[in-house]
Amino acid sequence: MIKEYTITAFSENSIGLLNRITIIFTRRHVNIESLTVSKSSIKGIHKFTVVVNETKDQVVKIVNQIEKLVEVLKAYYHTRDEIIYQEVALYKVPTEALLSGNIVEKTVREYNARILEITPEYTVIEKTGHEEETEKLFEQLKQFGVRQFTRTGRIAITKSNSELLSEYLEMMDKKNK
Amino acid sequence: MNSSEKKNTKIKGSEALMLSLLEENVTTVFGYPGGQIIPTYDALFHYKDKIRHLLTRHEQGAIHAAQGYARVTGEVGVCIVTSGPGATNLITGIADAMIDSTPIVCITGQVASHLLGTDAFQETDVVGISMPVTKWNCQITKAEDVPEIIAKAFYIARTGRPGPVLIDLTRNAQVGEMEYSYKKCNFIRSYVPKPQINAEKIKEAAQLINKAQKPYALVGQGVILGNAETELKTFIEKSGIPFAWTILGSTALPSDHPQNVGMLGMHGNYGPNIKTNECDLLIAIGMRFDDRVTGDLSRYARQAKIIHLEIDNAEIDKNIKTDVAVLGDVKDSLPLLSKLVKKKKYPAWIKEFEDCYKYEYEKVIKNDLFPKKAGLKMGEVMELLNEKTDGEAIVVTDVGQHQMFAARYFKSKYTRTFVTSGGLGTMGFGLPAAFGAKIGAPHRQVFLIVGDGGIQMTLQELGTIFQNKTDVKIIILNNNYLGMVRQWQELFWDKRYSHTELVNPDFIKVAEGFGIAGKKVSKREELSKTMDEMIKSKKAFLLDVTIDKESNVFPMVPAGASVSDVIFS
Repeated sequence: MIKEYTITAFSENSIGLLNRITIIFTRRHVNIESLTVSKSSIKGIHKFTVVVNETKDQVVKIVNQIEKLVEVLKAYYHTRDEIIYQEVALYKVPTEALLSGNIVEKTVREYNARILEITPEYTVIEKTGHEEETEKLFEQLKQFGVRQFTRTGRIAITKSNSELLSEYLEMMDKKNK
Repeated sequence: MNSSEKKNTKIKGSEALMLSLLEENVTTVFGYPGGQIIPTYDALFHYKDKIRHLLTRHEQGAIHAAQGYARVTGEVGVCIVTSGPGATNLITGIADAMIDSTPIVCITGQVASHLLGTDAFQETDVVGISMPVTKWNCQITKAEDVPEIIAKAFYIARTGRPGPVLIDLTRNAQVGEMEYSYKKCNFIRSYVPKPQINAEKIKEAAQLINKAQKPYALVGQGVILGNAETELKTFIEKSGIPFAWTILGSTALPSDHPQNVGMLGMHGNYGPNIKTNECDLLIAIGMRFDDRVTGDLSRYARQAKIIHLEIDNAEIDKNIKTDVAVLGDVKDSLPLLSKLVKKKKYPAWIKEFEDCYKYEYEKVIKNDLFPKKAGLKMGEVMELLNEKTDGEAIVVTDVGQHQMFAARYFKSKYTRTFVTSGGLGTMGFGLPAAFGAKIGAPHRQVFLIVGDGGIQMTLQELGTIFQNKTDVKIIILNNNYLGMVRQWQELFWDKRYSHTELVNPDFIKVAEGFGIAGKKVSKREELSKTMDEMIKSKKAFLLDVTIDKESNVFPMVPAGASVSDVIFS
């Protein structure tokens, strides 16, 4: 059964690793819905968060292949209910839309969005939330003419108590001593 | 050599490379020079007493030679080439080494780092190109990084599940100066070459084995790569379990082992294939359930419990769901398992395999090995070679019908004496690999079994054999066809022989041009005598054997069929 999975991988910070990881998806004709790469909580370790719609069987194989990469420390996969996740979206609307009544203001309040910048020409609105929520706000703002709309990939943390990777790193460091 | 540290010598990156290679016990490299690797070739010139460089005629030849060398020695094969086309010419060999888990380190020249990304002359993004087919790769842009990266390259290539590593060395990294010191790599925190063995899994596996009525072991190359031949022998002999082998696992135990029931796969033996669907326990040892072994997965060993001994976690449950997965090096897991399994014998079960063999013998083997009708057969050439070499030789093959005949009928005595391109099926692999094998095992005779198609893919390597005076015996099984494709066209494409017939050169004259003696044989009564002449010769020799044009390899599990559906004609 095809479901949404969030794959996370922790790696060394080395050139070309992103390429090595995406090749694993490309080779199996798996489309990446979203991808976020950033520093993790552990110094020198980078974190990849990849969202795919796939069967569990395929996701397990992909995760094993990612973890097999020499510079990847650990890779995991999670379903939606195992993680807390967010995305950020930015919307640029003409400022005159704000002047012609209070609909924009109401919308911003309703959606728990906030205004980042106002110039005579445009206003930038920011919203964090799940993709469905940021999408909904986009639909709402469309009537005012959204000049630009952009969205980040997913970031996620697991609901489990500790960062599994820290324990793993400790174990590996002991091994080396 | 231990992890020695040498200090206070300011040298060039190219010389640091030489010293690093020596630290890794590399004394033989294969390669081809060119513009951006000249500084390294200059260093090779200065180190020619310590590092033997063998010049091939094409970069693909260099890497296949390194593969042949690695396969017979168990050491890391090394090849050095230039940037751009030199580097891209390696790709086929790298892909071959990747899928067959051969430890290789490729060193490619690269334009100076300030020119990277400018489409400079002979610049290619070989790090990008080789990513999907290397275990690891890396670009060195500073001389001071050479020792550390080379140490890492060798560590990664040879440990765990081995594989090819590519190091791209920019020109400035070769000519730049650095303080040299070397430290061997034996730890990378993100890399676990040998997963720890779970004792619980060993126990579970032993329980399944001890309870089984019809257990059946499948032996793969993992045993050879892990140097676990003795451990396998102990396990097999104590447990009494019959075993079959994959094409790359063929020499893990001697062919005449009483529990050896034969070869697996599309052109494997009858018993080993059909008994997969009759056993009650399948024990896969260092093999990866390749589709050429399993056929249709939905009809593969569904009735059996499955134990998988494997070093690569990504192979577990990849193709076949296992009941007990023993992750780890078979060198360590097999002895643990041997301790817990009961000493047993399965005479009735083994007899079932023997009966299958008798059936196959009557249907196919007898006529393959001892044909009565005119027209030489590939099988009889192999049989005669077995008779004359008695398992003392190394056999290297190319890809196609001759490869299947060689794999089916070669009788080995020692490990690492059969070299073939398994996973990738690379035509053109044979000739350079045979050269590399002879360099790696000079004390053994090396016979290349090759088709008339495959030899022409890397024919120029006759020049390498000529220049290095390498004693490689070449046997062309010549049917004037791309025989395996023709066989498929005959069986599955209504005999439409689309572009599979070859008009061949006079191979004897070609060989003569390269200073290699040769003989053509087309009659059965001449074969033995000519083969004797070849074996007695102390030099390279080419034997062009005219084979019955439209012979086929049987038995066969057609593509997509179940291992139970073996066809004999």
